[in-house]
Amino acid sequence: MSAITRYCRIYNRTLYNQGQPVFSHKEGTLDDFLDAALQALSIPYPKFYKMDRASKLGFLGAEMLVKDAPLLARYAPEEVALVLANAHASLDTDIRYYESTKTLASPALFVYTLPNIVGGEICIRQGIKGENAFFVMPAFDPVLLHTYVELVMATDKTKACMAGWVDVLGDQHDVFLYLLEKQQPAGTPEHTAEQLRKLYQ
Amino acid sequence: MADLKKQIIEALNLKHLKPEDIGDDQPLFVEGLGLDSIDALELIVLLQQHYNIKLANPQDGPQIFKSVKTIAEYIRANQPS
Repeated sequence: MSAITRYCRIYNRTLYNQGQPVFSHKEGTLDDFLDAALQALSIPYPKFYKMDRASKLGFLGAEMLVKDAPLLARYAPEEVALVLANAHASLDTDIRYYESTKTLASPALFVYTLPNIVGGEICIRQGIKGENAFFVMPAFDPVLLHTYVELVMATDKTKACMAGWVDVLGDQHDVFLYLLEKQQPAGTPEHTAEQLRKLYQ
Repeated sequence: MADLKKQIIEALNLKHLKPEDIGDDQPLFVEGLGLDSIDALELIVLLQQHYNIKLANPQDGPQIFKSVKTIAEYIRANQPS
């Protein structure tokens, strides 16, 4: 059994790290919140501003998971997997891209019209080169997520896995990311579907 | 040239930059501002959207998009009257 060594949530324009609110910005738009959150986490990463909203949400969540303990200090790039899921695929960006086609189609939006691009952005930033998968499902499904992630963790190659939920459509956003490691430090919860349900709530 | 820099910042989402941060002769790609191939496509869209200029030969792109100055020169030489 693996252990959930870190987890975070982003909803209602608030960042939660290990269950505690660390940043909130309710004024303006969701984009304003996302850009302000990057500043709040003191991350110099200009490419962030080019990302779509799903990628920005995933990027911020991943940063919270590894901020104090960089993954590559403990694992080889190939030993870290990434498993993500959401309900709205890339619809948020698909709509914006469709709107842009009414005048001149935006290449910068087009490149984000796939749901798993968020995974690519996280992998580039964190240097992850292990297994990765992206599921689209009607709602957060802790049983499916737990089952698949355990399968990934059962391989010899994978020593850690970043997993969870990154969903956005319009102003509605919902992120739950966690870091799973084979070594279980004292006090860290076991990776079970029930535990995921509890942390997501 | 300041207006063109503002348009580039907006079109390419370079929110970390101000127009005065971009030198007229500063290379835009790789060692300069670090723009990539998607940015190049957005610059083509910018020319069409703001200046009604369609790039006749995409292979001319590297020369045209070398710096803000070369883009401005291309606009001056090709803008429909």
